[in-house]
Amino acid sequence: MTEPSPTVVVRVGGEGGEGTITLGDTFARIAARAGLEAYSFRTYPAEIKGGQVMYQTRLGVERVLSEGDEAHVVVAMNDKAWSECNEDLCRSSTLIYEASLTLHNPLGKNYPIPAEQIAQELDWPMGKNFVLLGAMVWFFRLGLETAESVVQKRMGRRADSLAKNLEAMRRGYTYASEHYPEPFEYTLPLPENPEERLLLTGADALALGALVAGCNFFAGYPITPATTVMESLAKYLPAFGGTFIQAEDEIASIIMLAGASFAGRRALTATSGPGFSLMIEALGMASMTETPLVVINVQRAGPSTGLPTRTGQGDLFISLYGSHGDAPRFVLAPDSVKDCYYQMINAFSLAEHYQMPVVVLSDQAMASRLETVPPPGPLWSEQLQRLIPTLEELAAGDYRRYANTQTGISPMALPGTPGGMYVAESLEHNEYGNPSSNPENHQKMMEKRARTVETARQRMRDWPMAARRWGDKDAPYGIIGWGSTRGAVREAMAILAEQGIAIEALYPHTLLPMPDPAFEDFIKSKKAILAVDLNFSGQFGRMVAHRYYKTLDEQDVHVYYLKKEQGIPFKIREVQAEVLKMIEQEKGRLS
Amino acid sequence: MSTRKPNDYKSNVKPIWCPGCGDFAVLNAMMRAFAELDWNHEDIVVASGIGCSSRFPAFLKTYGFHGVHGRALPLATGIKLGNPALHVIAVGGDGDGFSIGGGHFPHAARRNIPLPYVMMDNSIYGMTKGQPSPTSLPGLRVKASPYGSLEPPLNPLVMSLAAQATFVARAFSGELKQLIAILIEALQHPGFAFVQVLSPCVTYNTNYTYDYYRKLTAPLPEEHDTSDWLSAMRWASDPQKQYLGIFYRDTSRPNLIEQMEQVRQSVPAMSLEQIVDSFRR
Repeated sequence: MTEPSPTVVVRVGGEGGEGTITLGDTFARIAARAGLEAYSFRTYPAEIKGGQVMYQTRLGVERVLSEGDEAHVVVAMNDKAWSECNEDLCRSSTLIYEASLTLHNPLGKNYPIPAEQIAQELDWPMGKNFVLLGAMVWFFRLGLETAESVVQKRMGRRADSLAKNLEAMRRGYTYASEHYPEPFEYTLPLPENPEERLLLTGADALALGALVAGCNFFAGYPITPATTVMESLAKYLPAFGGTFIQAEDEIASIIMLAGASFAGRRALTATSGPGFSLMIEALGMASMTETPLVVINVQRAGPSTGLPTRTGQGDLFISLYGSHGDAPRFVLAPDSVKDCYYQMINAFSLAEHYQMPVVVLSDQAMASRLETVPPPGPLWSEQLQRLIPTLEELAAGDYRRYANTQTGISPMALPGTPGGMYVAESLEHNEYGNPSSNPENHQKMMEKRARTVETARQRMRDWPMAARRWGDKDAPYGIIGWGSTRGAVREAMAILAEQGIAIEALYPHTLLPMPDPAFEDFIKSKKAILAVDLNFSGQFGRMVAHRYYKTLDEQDVHVYYLKKEQGIPFKIREVQAEVLKMIEQEKGRLS
Repeated sequence: MSTRKPNDYKSNVKPIWCPGCGDFAVLNAMMRAFAELDWNHEDIVVASGIGCSSRFPAFLKTYGFHGVHGRALPLATGIKLGNPALHVIAVGGDGDGFSIGGGHFPHAARRNIPLPYVMMDNSIYGMTKGQPSPTSLPGLRVKASPYGSLEPPLNPLVMSLAAQATFVARAFSGELKQLIAILIEALQHPGFAFVQVLSPCVTYNTNYTYDYYRKLTAPLPEEHDTSDWLSAMRWASDPQKQYLGIFYRDTSRPNLIEQMEQVRQSVPAMSLEQIVDSFRR
């Protein structure tokens, strides 16, 4: 077993509006530019301005998998940044703080920085955060020049404040280097030849993936924490000849997608829980009329308005089952920032080819965190296209928009094409698209629409990354999960492996259809499985237990549930503890 | 001269409407207008929500989208934005448009999305067998309002003028010639065109008969200037008469498609590589 590569967790806290997020975000970018790997996590209050905010960045020499449990270094811009930190295993943290605060950590090192005073001397009181930033650049030995180039890139457009902020940063750097010249405990070695990296948020990765997938229509409505996806596409789509519109509400958004897709566009929206609830009727309409569209749901903690700025995975059931009647659709679950990019390409492939709505489930933590990721490589999944009838086929007459084919996929004529006239019909309809309440027809068309998902399931057997497995294949204990819990799970597995506990994890990337062969195979290789859900009721675990009850029963595999609904991600130690608990309970049975 | 006949636009689906329904006249007028304009079948898309009149698309030999209740306008907007070369028309009833779908109407109007919206207004919910609609007069006694309905009606024309629609007209199913003429104008309008058609329900709204509408309506006075918004507001809000004709028309305001195209032209083209590069650390 090799020693795990060292990582450092740096947590910046302060009042919203006094530059706390800018400080945390700019520090992460400087560290990344200096060659380190970065993985951030932020909480922000629901207040419009003000309220306590926290920006945490975990730095490493090698790729970082999660935001980490405990803060090694706490940077406090106000008292709360430290007092609210204590519960979070920060007791022995190194404390860097605004010197006018009466803070002291008896169990750790203390580095007061008179940021406020320096900023006032510069006649730039707003630059307090940049003074602290300069000090951090010194402590972590990231290089002042590197820091300056990052700040220039980020704030180059505001020339007046740029000069002042740069000066504030230099003064902070000088102060820290003169008063604390000794080596800093948490300085990481900077790689000489850093790997090629992009610095992306999950929202950036979703937008980039959409562009690569040929998305050329976006309609959306502002909602935390999905707005940043919308804002990215508002910026990029016109430059690609695409269409962006901010709709009057979420219902209009998804309906506009259906219209644009009917006319031939590759259409996308992004929303969060409350907006997704509003879209449910239209999601069923897209399924009934076999209209391709992609909905990103950046989950936040619910129900109702819930915790708008906090994370969760509570929208699995509504994504799988929401809408009256049985309305087939696809549900995808990216499990990292990098995967957000690839799953968007998959989403458009599935939507377009199978002419069904696709839900992509992200979450607040993954969408708003900044991460160093390798630049996208060659696409590992095939990009599928919409089946459109040729002019010759249409000229032959008797065009049936909803032809009851073996695959369930029927050629979709685009308006403007002679011979293809049909009505996309939300009423049950016959193969021509004419309304029909005939009992046999209804059964037949229900089967036809459901068949598209089964056809996709068959095809996806060959997709190498419909599900990912990590760890020891022979381990009797398994973890299953989905989405952004992956980081904490993989790190917990590494710690368990060090303790000599063999374990294996399975993360599906498609939740509808489920990658059955991968699951059957995984279940058969285990004695007990821990299902990890960042929601109240353990939705994923319950879905798995229900879907594979027969295999679980036959193989006598026990399912344990790790559930949490607090608005914050899992800690590594929470996963680790739950695995140990499962093993303890299974002990007698396995001997 | 037109090479297509009105009936060429008729599909083989038989309308579900009751004999005498005002919507037949609108369907006929629409087909006459298509023939007059000699539009290709395949270039026409009719989008609708739910209700008696929203069944419209199925009866036409054109493309169509029969969506969900109240969403005709965002649906038509999506189609038009998706392919601006198409002739996209939104149709529906008063409940679909001003009750469940009421939130969309002012936005379609203020965006000036270039499409006509033909509202067949019968002041009743017909498909659900007769409940008060947003344009019913108070005191309507039906099963859902056995003691008489309480709310005053909305005024669709005043609403559309207030929301900055660039074409506002009212027609009547009992005045076919005028209806056709208005539709032909609306279909060619380069912005959002709202046409309210008084379209009697002969089954569930026995108060608002053809005779009732004949007495209630009158042609817009000739002195009315259709470029005069205030005058249009005045005639539209007349408490006694429901005037028929084109109230307002403004062809000078750029429509949403033109504005979006302007934005596209003004934004420097980006390549995917450039965007990816902008994210390098």
